[in-house]
Amino acid sequence: MTGLDTATLFAWCGAGLIGIGLYGFLANRHMLRRLVAFNVVGSGIFLVFGASGARRADLGPDPVPQALIITGIVVALATTALLVALVIRYADLAGRATLPEDEPGDDGKE
Amino acid sequence: MILPALAPALSVAVPLAAAFLAVVAPRPRLLVGVTVPAMLAVMALAVLGVRQGGPLVLAVGGWEPPLGIALVADGLSTAFLVATALTIGTVLVVALPQFPIRQNETRAGWAFWPLAFLLWAALNAVFLSGDLFNIYVAIEFVTLATLALVALEGKAKQVEAAMRYAMFALFGSLAYLLGVALLYAAHGTLDIGLLAQLPAQDTASLVAAGLITAGLAAKTALFPFHAWLPPAHAGAPAPASAMLSALVPKASFYVLLRFWFDAMPEAAGAIALQLLGALGATAIVYGSILAVRQNRLKQLVAYSTVAQIGYLFLVFPLAGGSAEPQPWTAGAWTGSVFHAVSHAFAKAAMFLAVGHAVLAAGHDRMSAMDGLTRRMPMTAFALGVSAVTLMGLPPSGGFTAKFLLLTAAFASGQVLWAAIIVLGGVLAAAYLFRPLARAFLPDRGRYGTVPRAQQALPLALAMLSVVLGIVSAAPYDFLQTGRPAAAEEGLE
Repeated sequence: MTGLDTATLFAWCGAGLIGIGLYGFLANRHMLRRLVAFNVVGSGIFLVFGASGARRADLGPDPVPQALIITGIVVALATTALLVALVIRYADLAGRATLPEDEPGDDGKE
Repeated sequence: MILPALAPALSVAVPLAAAFLAVVAPRPRLLVGVTVPAMLAVMALAVLGVRQGGPLVLAVGGWEPPLGIALVADGLSTAFLVATALTIGTVLVVALPQFPIRQNETRAGWAFWPLAFLLWAALNAVFLSGDLFNIYVAIEFVTLATLALVALEGKAKQVEAAMRYAMFALFGSLAYLLGVALLYAAHGTLDIGLLAQLPAQDTASLVAAGLITAGLAAKTALFPFHAWLPPAHAGAPAPASAMLSALVPKASFYVLLRFWFDAMPEAAGAIALQLLGALGATAIVYGSILAVRQNRLKQLVAYSTVAQIGYLFLVFPLAGGSAEPQPWTAGAWTGSVFHAVSHAFAKAAMFLAVGHAVLAAGHDRMSAMDGLTRRMPMTAFALGVSAVTLMGLPPSGGFTAKFLLLTAAFASGQVLWAAIIVLGGVLAAAYLFRPLARAFLPDRGRYGTVPRAQQALPLALAMLSVVLGIVSAAPYDFLQTGRPAAAEEGLE
């Protein structure tokens, strides 16, 4: 081993994915793209989480993070499914899949 | 006694079962008639159990932490459980005639019931979880039910509000999850009781604490993450708004309270605490000023929630300070919980009453209030009573909360926060007097009314928020059951 073990490599990859996802989230206004970016960030976090299972080399891999990641994936899947449905509905109703820039109600009027 | 020990499990299982039944056999009248009394009985069991035997801990499936997940009901959890049961119970009864299912079945009329019960189960799961990852799942569950309730009417405006909310909520859950992952990497446990025993001054814990706090603040709609709340809460049907505004932000605030006071009191730094307080203070002032400028009733009530959420965050600077035990910390901690509970009752009552005024008038412009004192005196009175709590006038629960917070502010020499609390009360009066004053104007016989039995329910809920102030000693003592040490000695 030359300084960089597998767990650290995975953690770095996860951090990279989080960064890419965040960029995608901020740079895109299309809601589907934002959802994909959200899933990229999620995958990055799961990778970091998984890498944390190897934090004690003397004990062998810790299975708990894997159980938590699977639960997290289910949650992310459910959220994504609901949001895709919302985006499709919104695109049908409004004819676009981006949110308008102005904050509604901030001017005190409708 | 086995029954009180089962109360935590039942308070999640009963509404969850009701949610499934509402999908399979959509008979809301029967479901509400059975579920609400059953849940009130479960709450009575939980209160009795906690009063007699201290915190109830249920290791689900017989697995002990750190491998298993414990459901914990101490004074704080049970207080939020009871407030949720009373609020949602009333909301569901008020909602019965508004979401009829037999004749003219609509999508909203069908979907409201399973979603409302799901929200109830999810909120209870948040209040009972003793584990940070379990809290993540429960709070996602809350978010999903909330999203669907916001989009219930399915018009472009509501769906847009739901998506705006989703953007903040997604950011919030990702930040929270990353924080949880870092905490696990640093300490190897996510159980709140076990985390409390570990030192938490290392970099990983501090970064995790920052991520978790930012994520939960976004979900609580703390300024500057507040922009999603008014369109989402004002756009939903009134009974849904009542639950969303009264309870949903409290769930993520509850987690913040648990996180800082139970899990990691040592991680709190003076600057972070003052920053949270400053954001809370900004929310009070900014939210109130925006509320004054609203011309739609439901928007006004929703902006009032932005302002009222600010008070909750004053607990952080008021409970912080030096390492020595501080006599006023317990007051600040209890005061913020009192504020959360009395605001839940008052805000739900206000949304339900406004909903009735809007139903009778057919629109939600300010003029829907005209002649309300003559047409629907009980609704007008419910609005007045809940306004008393929101302004923090005696003898309401809102007054008790502000009195405790003010005492803590003066005792710790943080006069600035005291000034903000007083200013917030004045601003609340400013935005609430506008609709209330119109209730005394003549309405020229243009508007309808709603049945008296329906009007009585929001009034009962509003009275509850006042009763909380009149008999505040018993809930005060109850809250101290299983109170974390940091709520006595101060953060840091």
